[in-house]
Amino acid sequence: MSVTTLPSRGVALRQPNWIARLFDYKPFLIVMCLAPAIGLLTVFLTYPLGLGVWLAFTDTTIGQRGIFIGLENFQYLWTDPLWWGAVFYSVFYTAIATFGKFALGFWLALLLNNHFPLKSLLRAIVLLPWIVPTVLSALAFWWIYDPQFSIISYLLVDVLHIRSTNIDFLGTPWPARFSLIAANIWRGIPFVAISLLAGLQTISPSLYEAAMLDGATAWQRFRYITLPMMMPILAIVMTFSIIFTFTDFQLVYAITRGGPVNSTHLLATLAFQRGIAGGELGEGAAIAVSMIPFLVFATLFSYFGLARRKWQQGEAND
Amino acid sequence: MTDVAAQSTNAASATPDTMAWDSRARRVMMIYLPLACFVLILLFPFYWMAITSFKPNAELLNYKQHNPFWISSPTLAHIKHLLFDTAYPTWLKTTMFVAIGSTFLSLFASTLAAYAIERLRFRGSPYVGLGIYLAYLVPPSILFIPLATVIVQFGLFDSPMALILVYPTFLVPFCTWLLIGYFKSIPYELEECALVDGATRLQILRRITLPLAVPGLISAGIFSFTLSWNEFIYALAFIQSGANKTVPVAILTELVTGDVYQWGALMAGSLLGSLPVALFYSLFVDYYVSSLTGAVKE
Repeated sequence: MSVTTLPSRGVALRQPNWIARLFDYKPFLIVMCLAPAIGLLTVFLTYPLGLGVWLAFTDTTIGQRGIFIGLENFQYLWTDPLWWGAVFYSVFYTAIATFGKFALGFWLALLLNNHFPLKSLLRAIVLLPWIVPTVLSALAFWWIYDPQFSIISYLLVDVLHIRSTNIDFLGTPWPARFSLIAANIWRGIPFVAISLLAGLQTISPSLYEAAMLDGATAWQRFRYITLPMMMPILAIVMTFSIIFTFTDFQLVYAITRGGPVNSTHLLATLAFQRGIAGGELGEGAAIAVSMIPFLVFATLFSYFGLARRKWQQGEAND
Repeated sequence: MTDVAAQSTNAASATPDTMAWDSRARRVMMIYLPLACFVLILLFPFYWMAITSFKPNAELLNYKQHNPFWISSPTLAHIKHLLFDTAYPTWLKTTMFVAIGSTFLSLFASTLAAYAIERLRFRGSPYVGLGIYLAYLVPPSILFIPLATVIVQFGLFDSPMALILVYPTFLVPFCTWLLIGYFKSIPYELEECALVDGATRLQILRRITLPLAVPGLISAGIFSFTLSWNEFIYALAFIQSGANKTVPVAILTELVTGDVYQWGALMAGSLLGSLPVALFYSLFVDYYVSSLTGAVKE
């Protein structure tokens, strides 16, 4: 460090311009560089986060400043079957969708890890569902799930003759729940597959060669080499996936808006319905805040998953 | 001796297994067939979206006489309706404006932040980096209600400016993270040489570090652009008037009207709304994959 400061002081002496000298003064420069990012994040992320927690303890509505009412919002939610329904479906949705995404995504990553022609083209195509705006692909799913003109029903009834009536995808609670989960899995596979593929490519082939010389079967190679080597990346990708699936909003809002009979509300859509559409900002904020314990749990899960590997930058060389 | 024999029979049974793996039939069954299924399922909704947007209404709702998987008489009626009878061009313009604005804002903020954290190295810089990274884990679904009140306080409600200012909350953490990784890959010696030659810190950033980090900047830029183009919940909560809506919100709230859905127009709108990102994506696909995988790997 002493090597670098000496010449910079020399520069300062040669340039009497005080602005140039100020911008070469390291603490000032650090503050100036961090100011835009930290400023934006403080005003539009940290402050609203705190404000949201505060709102959850008030009876604020749109256009009316609320007063502090303690835990009343949460007490009300505790007795509200709709909130419990949303909690149940959020957990169910996250669990099934995450499992599906990772099972299929891992499989796709393993397939893409082989050598075959047009590999990079295929990799590009596979990412498409993740690139396209979720709401727009959700609309396509809405159309695929249409009660009368669903293409899936057409295939099953008129082409394959497996069923005699159309499937009512979105009209009854359980089919609607699973239809949304299927759409979420469809959208999540590419991200999981491409992230895991990156991890697969870092595993040295010599490990597999050694295992094959020792007579390991394909399953054993997967179980004792691939899986352990993938654990750190799996943990990170899974944390992200869990957090963003649990707080999902777009898919449900676009396809069912929480219906039929409120059976597919996630916490986020319920918060939107009560907070923005219904105007009960305090109650909506309380619903949003009630997501935080679940998210903290997911983040801790990631932290302990990561603690074994120092993948985060800055840790290795400080 | 028996041990060795057992091992050799083991190896013998394993060898045909690995040999069989390379045989053509097995390769087709184990790799190409599942891959084909994956590609078919992952692409089908787009095919369905595209084919619906060019189908005349008569064909659209009559599977008995027309094969639903093909179009016998393609029409541009839905796209014409979209472009001339609705405010779709305005929505596209607004979305483009918001996406470009927030991309530049977040690139500016995160380049400086990443440079300060990675290159200016001060006490606690890893913690600042970690803090910015943690901001990425705060999902918009928690923030949109309090943010709506903040936006109203600032007098920005129903203005695209609100979106430009708010989108960096999820763009800056990601871009900063990505750029820290890129800056790290640039040899520190280059900067030291410049310091010895009498360059100021800002000159070093502008003349040496940034030109070398261009691939990282492109990755961060295309990522920000796509994420802002796709964003939904903030745009839904903060924008009320039809003209200021972004494409995803407008299609859902302005085009879905009444009990009979205009599927042709809806799908045409979705197709047109997806095309800019898809085109953008196809131009920069390598940067995309590298930024996505790099962000996870680093």
